[in-house]
Amino acid sequence: MNNKPSILSRVFMALVFVFLYAPIFVLIVFSFNDSNSRSVWAGFTLDWYVELVQDQQIIDALYTTLAVSALASVIATVAGTFAAIGFYNMRRRWRTPLMTVNNIPMMNADIVTGVSLCLFFVAAFGLWGQAASWLNASLGTHLPTTLYLGFGTMLVAHITFNIPYVILSVMPKLRQMDKNLVDAAQDLGCTWMGAFWKVVVPEIKPGIVNGLLIAFTMSVDDFVISYFTAGSSTANLAMRIYAMTKKRISPKVNAVSTILFATVLVLLIVINVREARQNKAEARRSAS
Amino acid sequence: MKNRLPLLAGPYVVWMALFVVIPILMIVFYAFTSASGGFTLENFAGIWNYLPVFLRSFELAFLATLICLLIGYPISCALAREGAQFQRIAMMLIMLPMWMNFLLRTYAWMSILENTGLLNRFFSAIGLFHLINSIFGTDIEYFKMINTSGAVVLGMVYNFLPFMILPIYSVIVKLDHRLIEAARDLGADSATVFRRVTLPLSLPGVLSGITMVFVPAVSTFAISQLLGGGKQMLLGNLIEMQFKGAAYNPYLGSAVALVMMIVVVICMAVMNRFGEGEEQAVVL
Repeated sequence: MNNKPSILSRVFMALVFVFLYAPIFVLIVFSFNDSNSRSVWAGFTLDWYVELVQDQQIIDALYTTLAVSALASVIATVAGTFAAIGFYNMRRRWRTPLMTVNNIPMMNADIVTGVSLCLFFVAAFGLWGQAASWLNASLGTHLPTTLYLGFGTMLVAHITFNIPYVILSVMPKLRQMDKNLVDAAQDLGCTWMGAFWKVVVPEIKPGIVNGLLIAFTMSVDDFVISYFTAGSSTANLAMRIYAMTKKRISPKVNAVSTILFATVLVLLIVINVREARQNKAEARRSAS
Repeated sequence: MKNRLPLLAGPYVVWMALFVVIPILMIVFYAFTSASGGFTLENFAGIWNYLPVFLRSFELAFLATLICLLIGYPISCALAREGAQFQRIAMMLIMLPMWMNFLLRTYAWMSILENTGLLNRFFSAIGLFHLINSIFGTDIEYFKMINTSGAVVLGMVYNFLPFMILPIYSVIVKLDHRLIEAARDLGADSATVFRRVTLPLSLPGVLSGITMVFVPAVSTFAISQLLGGGKQMLLGNLIEMQFKGAAYNPYLGSAVALVMMIVVVICMAVMNRFGEGEEQAVVL
């Protein structure tokens, strides 16, 4: 491992990156193409970006994607952090089986998770319908008797597959934490909640932030589970794109993806430059 | 306080029971239920008709996993040798494509691989077809790449390669250099060092990489739909058809999903057992 990287390995790496980025390059280039074609270049235009803003379906899908990802990742991060703390403090006898169940959505194929939730929601809605009509008849309430798959079910599904990733990234930070810190804080007069907010949360913060980012990424990119749990009334961007592939994808979708991709790229560059600067400043401080 | 902290997991335990355990049990229940509601084994008998789909799914997923491993392992080793800054940027570049929806990236492959697509245009522009035709006396105008099983495997490799690289890289980068130096000092050549030290120590990463590629590859339906043109039906397509398509039959769909789940679990268990054996052998 300690020998210098060879030319050959550099070439190999470059080829893999070409392979990974060729389709993305094609997508971005054809978002500026002055024709509907996906393989013939007909000149530069920004028409697709203008039309994109006017296309209500795509804007709605984008909004749904961002809303479901933001809500699901925040809820999953809060719930997952508490769950991780709970699991961590459990006896092994309880923790091991619960962690196994927690891993099921990560290990299972997405399609199985999606299909099983779809079956569950439909069956649960059936039960609800019976209960609601019985209540309406006997108590005179006006509960809706038929529920449909939609934004709510998609949100529940996203939270369900996000929480295991949050737990997975918070758990190692809990293990690294010095257990005596909490006791010390309480000895020094902190309340139970105070110790949690002032000691535990700052200690595991990198894990929480990491979990939030992973959860958000998984939600934005998810297609399969949303496809089975969102029903026909709601669609995120991935579902809209899949529906379009049956006929022909409009370059408008290329345009919206280019915007998303550029946003993430800029964000990542900003974060990295800031980190590099902080590292440099720290190095200088420790040197002087 | 020690006794109360586990209660924080309470809400999530209830959530898991509702949205993880019961749904899985419902798949098992549906797999053994007929359309009229009684117990039946007919769904599993129906699966026999789809044996070729099972075989094709596992064959293509196996191929894709193997190719990912053959690309992912060397590149992880090569990356681990680079400087820290290079590694950070390279890892970012490997994760970045995931931010563009995978359906779109797969769709972009369609425009590259089509008969009149970018790759074939490129080949014809450099006179490759002309050359081949004049040598072999054939009359081809394009390579048929789209709608083949090769295109589906390419789509799987393309989409899941980062899942292979990340776990292998994270294990290799933490490898203790002193072990390798010690092996060299004790007279091992590069091949022996790799076989006896690097490979066994990186095995956990390899195993989790294999799982993370194989499971989504064997159950995909979008990749085979887009790049296979509906001619390369996989298990995912079969399940999707039973739940979303015209052939609505959640009972058969559940049976297929259940059998797929069981076969995958068995594969993983065998592989992990094999992996554990290796590790123990190394310790001995």
